[in-house]
Amino acid sequence: MTPLDSMPLTPGFADPVADAQSCFRALLEAMARPGRVQRLAALPEAPAPLSPAAAAALLTMADAETPVWTDAGPAAEAWLRFHAGCPLVARPGEAAFLLASGPMPPLAALAAGTEEEPHRSATLVLQVAALEEEEAWRLSGPGIENSHPLRVEGLPDSFLPDWAANATRFPRGVDLVLCAGPRLVALPRTTRIEEAG
Amino acid sequence: MTALGYNFGYLDENTKRMIRRALLKAVAIPGHQVPFGAREMPLPYGWGTGGIAVTASVIGTGDRLKVIDQGADDTTNAVSIRRFFAKVAGVATTESTAEATIIQTRHRIPETRLREGQILVYQVPMPEPLFRLEPRVAETRRMHALADYGLMHVKLYEDIARHGHVAISYNYPVLVGGRYLMSPSPIPAFDNPKMDRMPALQLFGAGREKRIYAVPPYTSVRSLDFEDHPFQPVRADAPCALCGSRESYLDEVLTDDQGGRMFVCSDTDYCNTRQTHREAAE
Ligand SMILES: [Zn+2]
Repeated sequence: MTPLDSMPLTPGFADPVADAQSCFRALLEAMARPGRVQRLAALPEAPAPLSPAAAAALLTMADAETPVWTDAGPAAEAWLRFHAGCPLVARPGEAAFLLASGPMPPLAALAAGTEEEPHRSATLVLQVAALEEEEAWRLSGPGIENSHPLRVEGLPDSFLPDWAANATRFPRGVDLVLCAGPRLVALPRTTRIEEAG
Repeated sequence: MTALGYNFGYLDENTKRMIRRALLKAVAIPGHQVPFGAREMPLPYGWGTGGIAVTASVIGTGDRLKVIDQGADDTTNAVSIRRFFAKVAGVATTESTAEATIIQTRHRIPETRLREGQILVYQVPMPEPLFRLEPRVAETRRMHALADYGLMHVKLYEDIARHGHVAISYNYPVLVGGRYLMSPSPIPAFDNPKMDRMPALQLFGAGREKRIYAVPPYTSVRSLDFEDHPFQPVRADAPCALCGSRESYLDEVLTDDQGGRMFVCSDTDYCNTRQTHREAAE
């Protein structure tokens, strides 16, 4: 018996059907309009260290068909297993979804799909310290009319070169969902990031 | 579950989740066809199953749904689909393009410019733009992987050599984001330019082939052409007999059995709105 079995599980979505739908719309809007911050209306009570937006994103997308990797520890693992019913994997490269609350897993180590099936690629849900639509980065690409400002706190120094390397593999690549508290931003593989001068 | 015994939006949650995952990847890879492994849906394919599956996975109680069939809100098909969603999802419906948050369409793009905050869902009978030229699915996949679209260029060039122009008046192939060759579904070539850098999100669902693809907002959608034979959308050279529009796509309708005919807007909401404004101005 591990202590986990006696740990009480916090609830998932209060209204699973409606909450998953509204969270999905936020994710779809985020993926379609990179850099725009979406605030989720319906949030689950996820155990620490999961941020509510990251937990909601996983509940919306993951299930028994999607291997999930997470670094968030036993309480988060038990919560995900119970509410999403997803298998958890030890190797980041085997996951369809990754939920990282600590250091960012290297993008190059994640599933990027194949030239014929680029959709068989990982989505990395990454918890960051803060997300603001302020000019630190200038985003461009599909979904963005001209350019869009974004400031993210809590990314490793290697992020921009790693992101640029991710883009060179197009149509292969990894897509990113950045989460802070109840808010999220998506960066699909097509988004180009420039540092605002 | 609603009192009617349907799950909200008709599809079960596992199927919706699978379609939602496919939609997110489709948006991330503009123009690429993403397969979805849904079980058979209890609707005949001609009904627009792919579009319905996409709409059912996206729609929520805050939405206002418009459904058009060849531009018209009042055909049997459009009315049935609208009623269906009003019943299984309890959503508000509308015939007004401007008021809709989701527009499910078969074979047209509305004349009224779509805006941010709207999603256009296309019913797609055949998602593969190369299928007439290359029937082997494995081969078309390879061509998409390599962006090897020579076969389509040859076909268009042969058209020009034979007819002096590209003889495709609907389902005219487009290149999305400069990368993927995509079928715009059987919309008239006249509508193709509306897809380019559209502020609304465009989602495509093919039920029989179980494929989903997407064009994110503000994404380049270029109709294939040649420098010396640029793409030219065709429109009947006449004003609409009802509203006088010289910009809209027209249907030719018979007015009697003596061969009398007239041209009217295919987009009924656009035409009605113009007629109302005209009367108000008089
Ligand atoms: Zn008219």
